[in-house]
This record gives sequence, C-alpha cells and structure tokens, in this order.
Amino acid sequence: SSWWSHVEMGPPDPILGVTEAYKRDTNSKKMNLGVGAYRDDNGKPYVLNCVRKAEAMIAAKKMDKEYLPIGGLADFTRASAELALGENSEAFKSGRYVTVQGISGTGSLRIGANFLQRFFKASRDVYLPKPSWGNHTPIFRDAGMQLQAYRYYDPKTCSLDFSGAMEDISKIPEKSIILLHACAHNPTGVDPRQEQWKELAATVKKRNLLVYFDMAYQGFASGDINRDAWAVRYFIDQGINIVLSQSFAKNMGLYGERAGAFTVICSDADEAKRVESQLKILIRPMYSNPPVNGARIASLILNTPDLRKEWLTEVKGMADRIISMRTQLVSNLKKEGSSHNWQHITDQIGMFCFTGLKPEQVERLIKEFSVYMTKDGRISVAGVTSGNVGYLAHAIHQVTK
Amino acid sequence: AYRTDEGQPWVLPVVKKVEQMIANDNSLNHEYLPILGLPEFRANASRIALGDDSPAIKENRVGSVQSLGGTGALRIGAEFLRRWYNGNNNTATPIYVSAPSWENHNSVFMDAGFKDIRTYHYWDAAKRGLDLQGLLNDMENAPEFSIFILHACAHNPTGTDPTPEQWKQIAAVMKRRSLFPFFDSAYQGFASGSLDKDAWAVRFFVSEGFELFCAQSFSKNFGLYNERVGNLTVVGKDADNVQRVLSQMEKIVRTTWSNPPSQGARIVATTLSSPQLFDEWYGNVKTMADRVLLMRSELRSRLEALGTPGTWNHITEQIGMFSFTGLNPKQVEYMIKEKHIYLMASGRINMCGLTTKNLDYVAKSIHEAVTKIQ
Repeated sequence: SSWWSHVEMGPPDPILGVTEAYKRDTNSKKMNLGVGAYRDDNGKPYVLNCVRKAEAMIAAKKMDKEYLPIGGLADFTRASAELALGENSEAFKSGRYVTVQGISGTGSLRIGANFLQRFFKASRDVYLPKPSWGNHTPIFRDAGMQLQAYRYYDPKTCSLDFSGAMEDISKIPEKSIILLHACAHNPTGVDPRQEQWKELAATVKKRNLLVYFDMAYQGFASGDINRDAWAVRYFIDQGINIVLSQSFAKNMGLYGERAGAFTVICSDADEAKRVESQLKILIRPMYSNPPVNGARIASLILNTPDLRKEWLTEVKGMADRIISMRTQLVSNLKKEGSSHNWQHITDQIGMFCFTGLKPEQVERLIKEFSVYMTKDGRISVAGVTSGNVGYLAHAIHQVTK
Repeated sequence: AYRTDEGQPWVLPVVKKVEQMIANDNSLNHEYLPILGLPEFRANASRIALGDDSPAIKENRVGSVQSLGGTGALRIGAEFLRRWYNGNNNTATPIYVSAPSWENHNSVFMDAGFKDIRTYHYWDAAKRGLDLQGLLNDMENAPEFSIFILHACAHNPTGTDPTPEQWKQIAAVMKRRSLFPFFDSAYQGFASGSLDKDAWAVRFFVSEGFELFCAQSFSKNFGLYNERVGNLTVVGKDADNVQRVLSQMEKIVRTTWSNPPSQGARIVATTLSSPQLFDEWYGNVKTMADRVLLMRSELRSRLEALGTPGTWNHITEQIGMFSFTGLNPKQVEYMIKEKHIYLMASGRINMCGLTTKNLDYVAKSIHEAVTKIQ
C-alpha cells in the first residue's frame, strides 16, 4: 500500500489543455490562440535582439556562478524599480522603497502575498477584479489569504463596467487589499482610461485600501513604458504606498528565465530596510536566492543606454504588431460581412482579447476550424499573424453570423 | 561554495563548454519550460540519484520536479507533505531534523505549515562522531508516520555520515515504525568523488521498498550555484501513485514559481545525456572532491605532526565541504580575533577555504587555539 492512495489526481490545467489539443490536431490551418507568449508574424517565438546582444556581452565577461544575495541582483532590482516608478519619482530618489528579485511575475506575486499574510494584520481579504488572471486566486489562497471580487468586466459591452467597479470598490471594508492590473488587463484586455484611474485612486484612498499592482506588461501594452506605468506612478504620487509585482517575461521575452521583481513603497528608507529584512526571511525557505541568468540579461539591457534604446524599439515593435493584428481582425470581420460590433477588439489592449464569444461558439471554432482558445472566449492576439488573420475572421464570422 | 587552490570560485570546464554550445545553438529560445521543468533534466537528474539500473526507474515509479535549487525541492516536497501526507492538511505530523542540521531545514518546514518540528540526536560532541544510539532511540520513540530529514551524504554541518551498516539499522527502524524518509542530497559526487558511493543510502532505502522523497541540488556538484538547479525525486509504490502525486505537486509549483528557470537545467541535461560530456563532468567533480580530500589529509597530518592536543582523525573521517573541528566557542573566537581565520561558532570550518598556501598557518593557529585556550 502507498502513502499516496488517497491523493487525488489534480485537475488538468485549462490553458495547457488548449495547447495539448492544438498539438494533436492535424489540420494545416490550425491556430493556437491560447498561448500566453508573444509570436512574430511567422508565428514563431521571438528572441529580442537586445537580449541576444546582452547574452553575448555576459558570456564575454566570464563571470562566476556564485550565489546571488537573497534579495537578488542589485543592479537588476534597482533598474526594475526605476523602470516602474520613473527616474524622477520621489519615492525612487529618496530610497523609500525596497525591491527584491522574484521568480518572474508569479514568484513576485507570491512573495508579496506571503509578506502580506505575515505582516498585514488588518485584513485577510484580497479583492480581485472580475475576471482576473486564473493563477491570482490560488497564489493568494496558498499564501493564506481570502479572495473577494469587485466588478470589472462588462460582458454586455465587452468593456469596463466602471460604475460597477466604483460601486463595489467604495464598499470594500477599510484596510482590505485590492489588486489592480497596471495595464493590459489579463484576460480581458480592458484597461481604465486615465480619468477613470484618477477616480479609482481617490476611492481607494478614501477607503484606506492597500493597493497591490500586478504589472506584467509594461511597454508591451501601448508600446510606451511610461504610458503603461502611468497608473502605478499616479497612485504613488497621490500618496498611496503601493506594493508592486513586475514581470519581464513578456516585455523582454525572457519567459523561461524567470525575471521579475516585487516592490514595497514605504514611508521612509528605514522602513524599507526593515521590510527588506523580512522579505529575505520569507525568500530563504522558499528557494534561498534567485536565478541569475534572466536578471543579468534584464539588468544589462536596462542599464546600458544603447541596449535600453534598442529594447524600447523592440518592445514597441511587439506592441505595434499586436495592435495591427487587432485592427486587421476587425477589418477582416467587416469584409466577411459580419454585422456585429467588434470595436472592443481594437479598444482592448495587450496580449489578450475577450472576444465575447460564447462557449458553444468557442467549441465550434475548435472543432470545425481548429482555432484553439480558452472557453471564456479569450484569444491571445500574439498568436494571430498576417498570414492567418483572414482565416480567423472567416471562422469567427461563421460561428457568429 | 567550492574554491580552487588559489582561493577562487571555479566554473567547471564542462559547464563553460556546454554554455558555449547553448549560446551557439540558434534553435534555442527563452520560452517557458513546462511547470514540472525540462523533461530531459528531470529524467537525468533522478537517474543520477537512483542509478542507471534502478529498479524503481525500470518499474516506472519515479517522478521528478525540477526545482529552484535544493531549497526549492525541499519546499515543494514539504508543501506536498503538509497537504497530502498522514491525512489531509495534517500540520501536526512531526518533522525530525538532525541536531545539528542546516539551519534552513527548520524554516522550510515551518513556512510550509508544519507546527511540530523536532530534533533527532545526531552529533556526539564528546566522541566527535555519530550518536547512532541516540538517533535510533529517537526513531523508536517518534510517533508513527513522523517525517525524518536525512542527509544523503556529507552531512551539513558535521561532515559525519552513517556507515552502510548504520544506514541499514536506521532503515530497519524506519520501516518498522512507518517513518517517512525525506533525503536531502546536496553533495552527490562532491563528497567522495563517486556518484554511486554518495548515493548509496538513498538507493538502499529504495531497494528496501521505501516510498521516499529526495531533494537534489546541483549547486555544488555542477558549480551552478546561482542558476538554481535542483530536482525533487519522488519514489512511489507504482506509476499511478506517482502520477497523482506529481499532478498535485504541479499545482503547488504553479502558485510558487509557475515554472522553473531554464538555463541551469539545460546545462545539466546536456551534460548528463552525452556520454562524453558526462565523463568530463565526472572528472571535474572528482577534481573538486580530491582537492577537499587532500586538504583534509594535509590538515590532519600537520596537526598530528605539531602534536596538537586531542585526536584529529575526525578531520579525514568526516566528508564533504564541512568539518566539525571540535574547537569550542572560545577557541573559535581566538581563531577569528587573533588569527583572522573565520569559522562558525560551532567549530565548523569550510574545507574549501583551505589551500596549499594557508595550510601551515591554519594548522599552527588551531594548535595555538587548542593549547592556549581551554
């Protein structure tokens, strides 16, 4: 008999399931729109030029492989903070922040969640937008927090339910934690406009909520790193001491290298030092210290003017291609003769698009056209190319006309 | 961390070679690894621990989870055990950690949610060796189903390992009392220079039919410290059980780091799956192990030649990176303050810090500390 007889089979990952089914499909026209990774216009993974250059520079330096500090590579964490907060940020310049290297976005979120569980005694409640990234809930739950929700996406308009969000947020108990997607909301692609962010900030301040920003797409959403970080910076300017998780998986294409960061904006540098010491105590029994490769690459890019310039161009290139695919999808749908309003496809931003397709329609797209997406109608625009956007429009039109 | 005779960090030649291969391979990209890690890494890593001819591997009852170093492997294993071992979410299951042990063991299991972390007798300071009787007594008296963290080889910090005969006695008690073996294997190959020898205990437990976990680190034996290369090897009764265990471990990984870093795993997988590179690696490992063994024998012979009071055979009988010298805290303070030789208050020294250039000085200093300070 086994210790594990009673262990249940874990449920299959819904998103991975999409890719598995796609792989088994023999249709030459098949499309994988479940993938959460950028693809170039040939549908291939894209390694940024600035990344290749940084890798060559790193190789030439012949560095050793000694352990990083628990909090990570200092040049990386400093540059990450500056990227998010802006070089003119008072919080950054005064040093009233701590940034630790995390295992990409997930690891950074988890460190933050554990930190809040241990030190934020006012509440166990984390408010997520409805819907949010599927992994947010289990991350916070495993960290020992409870999950609540506020209205966010309006399925009738495929856009932001702003009044619903404001209504819900203004009722959140004081000192609860609210998670906000800094830009390119996952999975809907629906972001608040700047005037809406201002109102959200005012409400959140009035309710005295702890704000947790998840920024996984800085630069990748609009093509402009400053524009994509606007909400984060605005909140801090309003005196809201946020906590922030960053990922370099998408905007630098460093997916498997796991480069990320977790930041706490503090009252002063002394508080930041104390917070840092506690973050290290959390990290050490998780994995001791973080992996160097992705952080070295990201650090070199952010800290080398030429490489940084090249990176900004490349990230804009990726964002522009996505935006162009959105535009082409809409115009192709019109060409197909669709009478539906597809404006939300171009209104939404970032890698993902909530098409508004119903489960039955998604099922038909998969079965009849070999177009794979998640049941909620979410597509990864990164999987669309100029070569297949016509086919996609045709397929969508067939199941919605 | 390992140091050369010049006192420098050492990137293994085979690692440099493989990194160059990886850099030149334009077909490689930075895409996400699967949640459980790089398949070629996982299979090879577990094969290294259990042996090419492992019956468990042949019977398809071995699972692997690529992890962030040995620490990450321990944490994933601990999180799984807290959720699924000895009932559901049983945080009361006692965890036994050797006295002394790597101090992070406590924190890993505490942060995983276990409430009852205890020590088992291990180091006998008086005889400077293993307190086998104390250890066995603790196992006899431990509640059924308790989890024991066992150092596979090169016990950290004492450098004192059970002999094969002693391991057999340990296994017998554990089997009879239904205790769970969780091996921590951070020094395979690095300890004796032989992968098989350093894995003997783990493989013996497998041959005795135990279900067990083994947290492996490739930080030391591949010198890949900052790439965070580790593996949790799971040995179960059969494939079905292992499959279900892995599916639940996948859920734990997903909320901890989603998927593991690729660089280090690629280096290890490439090396272990090529006979030629494997041999080169083995040679590099032996270089490191041999240097440490040489430093041990050189230090011991100097102390004996100086006539330093006490017995010094433990220096060569202990194994791995660390040695519990037997120096007391006052003597340690003398070493640090007067001789500028840095070691832990426990008397633990890192043998890697010894070089042909400083052996004489260190030996003389130990001699002074022992003769001047009681």
